[in-house]
Amino acid sequence: MINKESRKGTILEINGPIVTIRLPGVHNGEQVRIGSLGLYGEVIALEGDKAIVQIYESTEMVRPGEPVEGLGHPLSVELGPGLIGGIFDGVQRPLEEMFLKAGDQIPRGLSPEPLDREKLWRFVPTENLEPNMPIIGGARIGTVQETETVEHRIMVPPDIEGELIELAPEGDYNLEETIGQVRDRHGHIHHLKLFHRWPVRKPRPYQSRDNGIDPLITGQRILDTFFPLLKGSKCAVPGPFGAGKTVVQHQVARWANADIVIYVGCGERGNELVDVLDSFPKLKDPYTGRPLMDRTLLIANTSNMPVVAREASIYVGITIAEYYRDQGFDVVMLADSTSRWAEALREVSGRLGQMPVEEGYPAYLASRLAAFYERAGRVETMDCGKGSVTLIGAVSPPGGDFSEPVTSHTKEIIQTFWALSKELADARHYPAIDWVDSFSADVGTAAEWWHENIDRGWEKRRGQALAMLARDAELSRIVNLVGPEALSSAQRWVLEGATLIKEGVLQQSALDPVDTFSSPEKQFMLLDLILTVYDEGAALIELGVPVQELSEMPVLARLRRCKELYDSSQIDQLKAFREEALQDFKAIHSEYAQRGEQTA
Amino acid sequence: MSAKEYRTASAARGGLLTVSNVPNIAFGDRVRVRDQKGNTRNGQVILSSDEEVLIQIFEGTDDLDMENTWVRFLDEPVEIALSPEILGRVFSGLGEPRDFRPPIVSSLRRSINAAPFNPAARTYPKEFIQTGVSTIDGLNSLVRGQKLPIFSASGLPHNRLAAQIVRQAKLPDDDSRFSVVFAAMGVSYADARFFQEEFASSGVLGNVVMFVNMADDPPVERLTLPRMALTAAEYLAFDLDRHVLVVMTDMTHYAEALREVATAKGDVPARKGYPGYLYSDLAEIYERSGRIKDRHGSITLVPVLSMPSDDITHPIPDLTGYITEGQIVLSRELHNQGIYPPVHISPSLSRLMKDGIGKDFTREDHPHVSNQLYALYARALETRNLASIIGADELSARDRRYLEFADAFEERFVRQGEDEDRSIEETLNLAWNLLSTFPPQALTRVTETEMAKYHRQSGE
Repeated sequence: MINKESRKGTILEINGPIVTIRLPGVHNGEQVRIGSLGLYGEVIALEGDKAIVQIYESTEMVRPGEPVEGLGHPLSVELGPGLIGGIFDGVQRPLEEMFLKAGDQIPRGLSPEPLDREKLWRFVPTENLEPNMPIIGGARIGTVQETETVEHRIMVPPDIEGELIELAPEGDYNLEETIGQVRDRHGHIHHLKLFHRWPVRKPRPYQSRDNGIDPLITGQRILDTFFPLLKGSKCAVPGPFGAGKTVVQHQVARWANADIVIYVGCGERGNELVDVLDSFPKLKDPYTGRPLMDRTLLIANTSNMPVVAREASIYVGITIAEYYRDQGFDVVMLADSTSRWAEALREVSGRLGQMPVEEGYPAYLASRLAAFYERAGRVETMDCGKGSVTLIGAVSPPGGDFSEPVTSHTKEIIQTFWALSKELADARHYPAIDWVDSFSADVGTAAEWWHENIDRGWEKRRGQALAMLARDAELSRIVNLVGPEALSSAQRWVLEGATLIKEGVLQQSALDPVDTFSSPEKQFMLLDLILTVYDEGAALIELGVPVQELSEMPVLARLRRCKELYDSSQIDQLKAFREEALQDFKAIHSEYAQRGEQTA
Repeated sequence: MSAKEYRTASAARGGLLTVSNVPNIAFGDRVRVRDQKGNTRNGQVILSSDEEVLIQIFEGTDDLDMENTWVRFLDEPVEIALSPEILGRVFSGLGEPRDFRPPIVSSLRRSINAAPFNPAARTYPKEFIQTGVSTIDGLNSLVRGQKLPIFSASGLPHNRLAAQIVRQAKLPDDDSRFSVVFAAMGVSYADARFFQEEFASSGVLGNVVMFVNMADDPPVERLTLPRMALTAAEYLAFDLDRHVLVVMTDMTHYAEALREVATAKGDVPARKGYPGYLYSDLAEIYERSGRIKDRHGSITLVPVLSMPSDDITHPIPDLTGYITEGQIVLSRELHNQGIYPPVHISPSLSRLMKDGIGKDFTREDHPHVSNQLYALYARALETRNLASIIGADELSARDRRYLEFADAFEERFVRQGEDEDRSIEETLNLAWNLLSTFPPQALTRVTETEMAKYHRQSGE
């Protein structure tokens, strides 16, 4: 840690959010407050006795010559109970509290403590911890019930290690009270509290990295069944505007089987965050039945908030994610959108006069992106538990062009790619995830889970469906050149089958109360049913049944609606419908088989 | 205000003036410059150091000479005077009267760069606004507090559509006070006059505040103009409890002015010469719309922008689309077919529609009907493409039905008169007329109950 006492200096130059100061002894990365308003900023470069500072707030009417104060520590977050359910800005200022204190607009220079200092928490110390025991950073010393869903584990801060001298008994404590003391090997005594601070740009330590094993179940058919994402993996969701990135992210935040969800609105719309704030407390977590807000935390830097805080916001988010990971939770962090973060980097680098490389972005864009995404992962924590951070970053490529720098650099790092397509969105095919451009490197691992828990036929069925969609694309090209008449009956049935998959499986309405979430069982049942119907139909076409007759079977219209007719608990009804549908095919089969015999 | 004038201008480049040896000038300070002829120009400090100050001069630096330039720092940010008297007035991009009437006198002055709204202070917009235009109400509904731009291109009737929206926009069963703030940047005299006459003839002029910067006015004023307009809108909405509709035209001229200034400053260009901060800058403007907890008023924003060369991937429409809550896209093809309003629905979208329509707002079938029309029209356009290659005669009966649907949809649903004010009921019934040309099993996006109620074949 940098020297704790604060030092004074002066402002030399103001160029928008970039301010040059003179502050002897200031460190690179240190937090400073500038001007009479005390605006917060961060030193990003040192030049001789001058320091370049990026300011998180508007610098209007700030003058050269005004005072500057160095705070002695880098940009850090407060980690402790009270985070969940909160909404913070890009530098972890609590927005609800700022609204109560300061009204509709965010005033400058105001910085209430991120966590409530008054609130009492019931602390339950870990059993078997005795005074004079050696203890390491990250070790669990007790728990606090943070929300009904989240049992918050209080840990020794990762940078403290030594001998436990004292641990408080069970009782109600506020954040400032000491709940334990540790003597390090230099004899220095650290007072432990329910919270600690951690610098956001420094990844939190863990014992070792682990492979992901379980898929993250999101209840979205195209994601879980076709492009699975493992817990602890990293994923990008690129798409032009209007393709539905935000809806995909919201759906994942709602339905993912994670313990904690951190949603970072990075340079996005204010109203979208309000939508989350309004709807999440009313929505139930499908796994615990508790309000979704009990496991959710929001970081909001809307697009009109200062650009420098936008750069910080995703680091604030990922550091909090790592903190819950260290407690042994499976955390999902959604960043919407990483492009805005990259643009913030570009803006700052431009103001510093750094040499741009591609489209004005600085040369370090790729390495910053990679370092950020690498903070995702499944790890063995310091106290030998398992925890994971799954990172899902939206990307907003200009003009929907996936070859632009942010998308292409991101693509090199991530394992799962959910590509959104403008064409699908224009046809209101939602989620508009393109099955050709998307990929998942984790299908093999996910298959093990599906085979063990759902059905051994999963990987095969998935492959068949994708093959049929590929065949459909190929045949559609022919149709577009010479018309549908050129196709054989079997080929036209492939088109019909692909349509069934698109409408009955891939399309999923986020607004329909039944369809919005599909359990893995239901996902597989639907896929298997449609492929079985296709196979039955293909056999009939062999017998000479005209494709027209099959296409007009009423059961197909019902098949398309199965997804919204039966919810995830109505697997039996779905099975009954399956029998019914297959009966219809049998009837046609026997009819034509008879006819065949007669003509023979 | 400081009475001291500095004569230490050391450089003039583009619209930027450098002044040396001035102590401790605030960033963003307003500046008044007097030239050799005694004329004054306005400016704003865009970089301030203890050695020199960089000033952006709104009227440009032409004809200035370094010897005879006097610079005075006003020690205040760019502000606007506010009072209820602003209604019915016309101002320049600097907030000066353009209607030959005296300036607004008020003790209430606000900086045009408002602090951002706290997301925790916002409420989610969900009150449906009926514009009377089927393609908007039925398929891309506008709600109070939304920002919904019109993406247009040169020669398309975006101004007529914007004027029609201003004329017809209302909440069903609601007569609360509403106002219009009109911000025109780089517009022609013809366009400015068109709007003024529109407002006058529809009797709303007394409820309109106009901010006008003509095509031949200084481009730099286009940078302050939308901020002036929105500060006025915020005053009307959140101080005077009015529902404010802000129409801004043309945002492309705004962005071009921004590029001009950025280039003069030597900012690193990102795409097509536009500065990297174009997104943040546009967001500062667009995000000032919305609804605030415990306030009666609202700001609904309809910016108009022309897509250079009809290109929707151009940085201006592209970045706008990422910030706004949808977009209404006009099509040259429909326009050339003589269809007004030429709204191309495929790329059009309203993100806030889902929560402002349906059972308690418009009608229960609205969400599904909209979805169904979209899906059918997408399919119909594909069929039209196919027909143009293989000929309509080669199409199957089923495909021909789609082809007919495409034509009927454009002729009957999209097309409407400039003074035709369709209620949402009428729009939805019209939609069912079109949907009823398909057999019920072809309609997978509407529910069976809705089908029974509204589909003409199954309803019988």
